[in-house]
Amino acid sequence: MKKTLALVMIMVTALTLTACGGSSSGSESKDRVVNVCSWGEYIDEDLIYQFEEETGIKVNYQTAESNEVLYSLLKTGAGDYDVIVPSDYMIGRLIAEDMLAELNYDNIPNYALIDDRYKGLSYDPDNKYTVPYTWGTLGIIYNSAMVDEEITSWDAMFDEKYAGQVLMIRNSRDALAAALLDLGYDINTTDEAQIREAYDLLSTAKNNGIYQAFVMDEIYTKMEGGNAAIAMYYAGDYLTMLENNEDLRYVVPEEGSNWFVDAMCVLKNAQHKEEAEAWINFIAGTDASLANMDYIWYASPNAKALEQYPAYYEESYGEPLDQETFEIMAAPAGVLDRCTLYENLPAETLALYNELWTELGI
Amino acid sequence: MKNKLSHLAIPYVIWMALFVVAPIIMVVIYAFSSADGGFTLANFGKIGTYAVVFGRSFKLAIIATVICLAIGYPVSYMMSKEGPRFQRIAMVLIMLPMWMNFLLRTYSWMSILENNGLLNQLFQKIGLIALYNNIFGTDLQFFRMMNTQGAVVLGMVYNYLPFMILPIYSVIVKLDNSLIEAARDLGANSMNVFRRVILPLSLPGVLSGITMVFVPSVSTFAISKMLGGGTEILLGDLIEQQFLGGAYNPYLGSAISLVMMVIVVICMVVMNRFGEGEEQAVML
Amino acid sequence: MNKNNSFVNRLFMVLVFVFLYAPILLLIIFSFNAGSSNTIWKGFSLDWYQKLLHDRLIIQSVYTTILVSLLATVISTFAGTFAAIGFYAMRRRTREPLMTVNNIPMMNADIVTGVSLCLFFVAFFSQWSSFASWVNGIQSFFVLPTRLTLGFGTLLIAHITFNIPYVILSVSPKLRQMDKNLVDAAMDLGCTWMQAFWKVILPEIKPGIVSGALTAFTMSIDDFVISYFTAGTSSTLAMTIYGMTKKRVTPEINAVSTLLFVTVLILLAIINIREVRQERRRIVEQNRI
Repeated sequence: MKKTLALVMIMVTALTLTACGGSSSGSESKDRVVNVCSWGEYIDEDLIYQFEEETGIKVNYQTAESNEVLYSLLKTGAGDYDVIVPSDYMIGRLIAEDMLAELNYDNIPNYALIDDRYKGLSYDPDNKYTVPYTWGTLGIIYNSAMVDEEITSWDAMFDEKYAGQVLMIRNSRDALAAALLDLGYDINTTDEAQIREAYDLLSTAKNNGIYQAFVMDEIYTKMEGGNAAIAMYYAGDYLTMLENNEDLRYVVPEEGSNWFVDAMCVLKNAQHKEEAEAWINFIAGTDASLANMDYIWYASPNAKALEQYPAYYEESYGEPLDQETFEIMAAPAGVLDRCTLYENLPAETLALYNELWTELGI
Repeated sequence: MKNKLSHLAIPYVIWMALFVVAPIIMVVIYAFSSADGGFTLANFGKIGTYAVVFGRSFKLAIIATVICLAIGYPVSYMMSKEGPRFQRIAMVLIMLPMWMNFLLRTYSWMSILENNGLLNQLFQKIGLIALYNNIFGTDLQFFRMMNTQGAVVLGMVYNYLPFMILPIYSVIVKLDNSLIEAARDLGANSMNVFRRVILPLSLPGVLSGITMVFVPSVSTFAISKMLGGGTEILLGDLIEQQFLGGAYNPYLGSAISLVMMVIVVICMVVMNRFGEGEEQAVML
Repeated sequence: MNKNNSFVNRLFMVLVFVFLYAPILLLIIFSFNAGSSNTIWKGFSLDWYQKLLHDRLIIQSVYTTILVSLLATVISTFAGTFAAIGFYAMRRRTREPLMTVNNIPMMNADIVTGVSLCLFFVAFFSQWSSFASWVNGIQSFFVLPTRLTLGFGTLLIAHITFNIPYVILSVSPKLRQMDKNLVDAAMDLGCTWMQAFWKVILPEIKPGIVSGALTAFTMSIDDFVISYFTAGTSSTLAMTIYGMTKKRVTPEINAVSTLLFVTVLILLAIINIREVRQERRRIVEQNRI
């Protein structure tokens, strides 16, 4: 009997030991680490090594697919991050649900370099939680070798002419926004009838076989390889694709679109807050912003960096930066005028989005 | 003395209670809860909306299982007739892909099946697409294979075929040769030997093969996401979406998991009953 | 049984093997591609292997995969063997329901196992958190970590949980084949039960343990779904690959596949050559006798 007891004891201690091992680098460990979760293809990875060398803090860099997936990861507890880089509307939601920590801006002096245009926006009106990372526009990418006309409208995403050639985006907010804009509604509408109408537009298009697939970053391979003709995605990623396929074109449709700000935030239960702020400060700096912009083609909110970028480009590549390219990356006022920022939606509307999104998949 | 030996299982029984039984109870609790923690049946009420997904998943999984059986059974049977050296090498060759993760194997199919993929390039080169266009008067640039249900079934068959071959082969290879000789001596022709002796005796292998192919097929989400393009989702996708995907709702996800689990268990029980009956019939 | 297959049958078998191996072969070929495409050949290069060596994410996840598979195999082989002996010694009425529970992880769809473990761990962690802060509050001898998260520990627990049934499955038949009187005889002759285990039971069931361990290892290496729901911030190779297929495709994946394939091929070759040799030796020895 004693031996059985001993065996049980061994099992139980083994269990608690492994469970403790699960407390990823608990408070007692002295290693300085920061866990970052961002999007795919969204950083110049050399920056990670540079940061590690400069500060001795190890970066555990991970990626999520979309804002909604990030939210699921945080809610199920599958993700244990310090720094995340969600978009505007998701930041609003995370703040509303009390999941973000207030930043100590004394540790982030580079915050001063951020253009005032990206401060005090609706999702974080008092500038307590966020440091903007990039901004840009959402639009339609199409392959001019596969599409005869010049595309200017969201209609293209729902046009039977292109059945089987269109890639729809795989996140509820952007997909429904395309439909809402095509119908002439506000992308932040909370009117259930309007949202349902937008959903019907999407689901009819889907049932008519217009969508070849629902994609996020799979879009690179598919568009570059000419496997699809039309897709909706973000301006910066379009420029990356353009490097590999010159036939691609980008347009911010005439009905208007979304302009977004992705900002770095620290989670409330983050275990490495200090390291997280060091990381944020590093990334917000002008040098890092320039390197990042050059790599991911998303515009930086760092005013100096954005201004210096054409010169930086010329110096690096020995040729001037195409003005058109620059304006796709950093949309000029004329384009931004017809774009709106997403706002966090009330809980009922969010639940409706979730429900419709799941039903769309059927 | 035996009683004392049985104490050896106690740690594992505790382990099972913690990590097998308790988690399933959690799924049941979630399935009957609403977001604010109260009891509700609403999650099951919503399932009706997703009947299409249930239907599609079961349809594709059944097709994949049937194809696996149609390929796997003859292969196992033929293998068992080869020499021992061939058998050994063939077994290794069938096991080998299993040691590479199935995601890698599925990923390879993506570049084969794409519209501009290797197969379409091949068809283009050998003039198959032009020929098809001539015959049917169409104007195709490529055959659409990627992002179809066919591609998903192909992915399932490709990944789970070894799961069908292995159990069937291991049963057939152990068949008592004297039984077959006896049947032959009693005047049965090869067809009859196969139908009356080999097939019934290999049934346990077939049944476990079916289980091992059907269950992962019906619940997969990686294969359908990679080869199906997400336009026609399967049960696995639906569940994944509610937990780690774009529509967080673990309550609905649990309810769907629970229903799927119950249906699968019922299928298995019915099939095994049927199998047992057959086996007994054979014995008689 | 009429030996030898007809030509048509052999052709069929060859086709099946081509079907199984063509995609793998393509992965390997394109791992040496100079370009980044998986469909257009741009010349030979080893670039992707070089890139792979510097890719921390992949290296780390290979390490995690191997570590978790080995640990889970060792632990579940031990635990599973003991559990199988325990079950074997039980009365039928106690054993049968326990065996049913034991079969659950094998019969259940992976996604249900994964999801259920995920829910359980998260619920446990939140309970633990309040328990730990209560304990830390009433005494000061030791500090319990208040915040547990999904990570390597939970990944390991999950792997052990789905591996043990396979070990039991392969050990139990060997136990049943064993002569029941052997253990009793050993005990009658003065063995303690520990001795009886080492000297009598273990040699009898060894083949079952080995094949159980092998199955467990294979299952661990091949698993994606359960890891996906329980690994939290740590990442197995399968999870990394899944993440990579969602991004821009890089032939680094091909390079990993090739290395994996070659490693497994060599391992299996060694095992098989050994077995063949042993068999030959046995035959030679038998002939001598």
